[in-house]
Amino acid sequence: MLILADGRFPAGGHAHSGGAEAAVAAGRIHDAASLEAFCRGRLHTAGLTAAGLAAAAAAGLDPLALDEAADARTPAPALRATARRLGRQLMRAARATWPSPELDALAAARPRGAHQPVVLGLAARAAGLGPPDAAYAAGYEAVSGPATAAVRLLSLDPLDATAVLARLAPELDQVVARATEAARRALDQGPGALPAASAPLLDIAAEQHATWSVRLFAS
Amino acid sequence: MDGEARVTVVGAMSAPLGGDRIALEVTAGPGTRLRIGSAAATIALPGRSAGPAHYEIRLTVADGATLRWLPEPLISAHGSDLRMTTRVELAPTARLVLREEQILGRTGESPGHLTTRLTVHRAGRPLLDQELAYGPGAPGWDGGAVLGGHRAVGQLLVVGPSYDTSPVARPRLLGETAVLTPLTGPAALATAVAPDALQLRRALDEAAAAVG
Repeated sequence: MLILADGRFPAGGHAHSGGAEAAVAAGRIHDAASLEAFCRGRLHTAGLTAAGLAAAAAAGLDPLALDEAADARTPAPALRATARRLGRQLMRAARATWPSPELDALAAARPRGAHQPVVLGLAARAAGLGPPDAAYAAGYEAVSGPATAAVRLLSLDPLDATAVLARLAPELDQVVARATEAARRALDQGPGALPAASAPLLDIAAEQHATWSVRLFAS
Repeated sequence: MDGEARVTVVGAMSAPLGGDRIALEVTAGPGTRLRIGSAAATIALPGRSAGPAHYEIRLTVADGATLRWLPEPLISAHGSDLRMTTRVELAPTARLVLREEQILGRTGESPGHLTTRLTVHRAGRPLLDQELAYGPGAPGWDGGAVLGGHRAVGQLLVVGPSYDTSPVARPRLLGETAVLTPLTGPAALATAVAPDALQLRRALDEAAAAVG
């Protein structure tokens, strides 16, 4: 679980800001307070949706049906491309670390990459972890990425950014509980029972960011 | 448009109060063309009962049929609590134009709690699934990831079988806070946030013109 959530696990996440770079440029993140509001919104929208998909994959739902559900939950093409690129990188690292026929099958079915939360959940399953662990890893990633990026983009005090993450911990617990409960329902009702929380500005800003010719982060 | 039936919904959807349960079901039969609008904005208001109001819309569009679902905005008044769900089932050759606009609070007022879920299936497969949540009880809704201080938010979905993949080949920026994007399938979605209802409608009209 710690290896999976570790930023140094070679899955490529460090090259992405989770929308923070575009939000900094638009003035929507400018200090620790606005970073916290951004991360809180991302956690309860994109983070919840990713945590639900990861928990469902860890619970054993069909990864291809989850990949399709992830597409329907990701209307911005820039974010679909990012999710698949990160999914491919995570897949490579996960197969080397926790060899599993389920990971092999998904890699074969989606050679250009499945959505990252689906791969994350399947990797957790291959590592012998449960749906809550997968949801924690996905939910934490949703806020740790922007917080780390904001330190670099704004020269924010790293201790302030870490304090933001610490204050969000109780809400991460809530998100994981919701995601895990939804994954349990999805075992009977299908992926439609999973959260589909979305954030309009994340979608809009991701497409704007994708048009920049010079940028520090890939997304 | 020739041969298009027009329906305007009046009254019933004008004011969901706390505790109300409203359901609206629309079916466009094979080969028909139907346009549905509303006479005025829908305003979610607080009710005597403490529970939330529920508003459920179900749209079914058969093969060869076209549904244009273009209601006036939904306004979330201070103290209200509305859960809205829209489920759309499209046959493989159905066409759809769907607009949703949410205004968070009347002028100068903070909004109530509003969640809207839009689930669209085409030929039985998921095409779009989105839940939006605003106001008290939706943590982070006003931060830089979700609305960033804007009070009007909306989308325009266009689905049509005549496109191989999507009616727009690549994403298109429409001003500072709106974008038109291809979905995975023969569909395009415009997403916009704006300071007010007028500027929101302008962005969505621009998107509609771009899709053609």
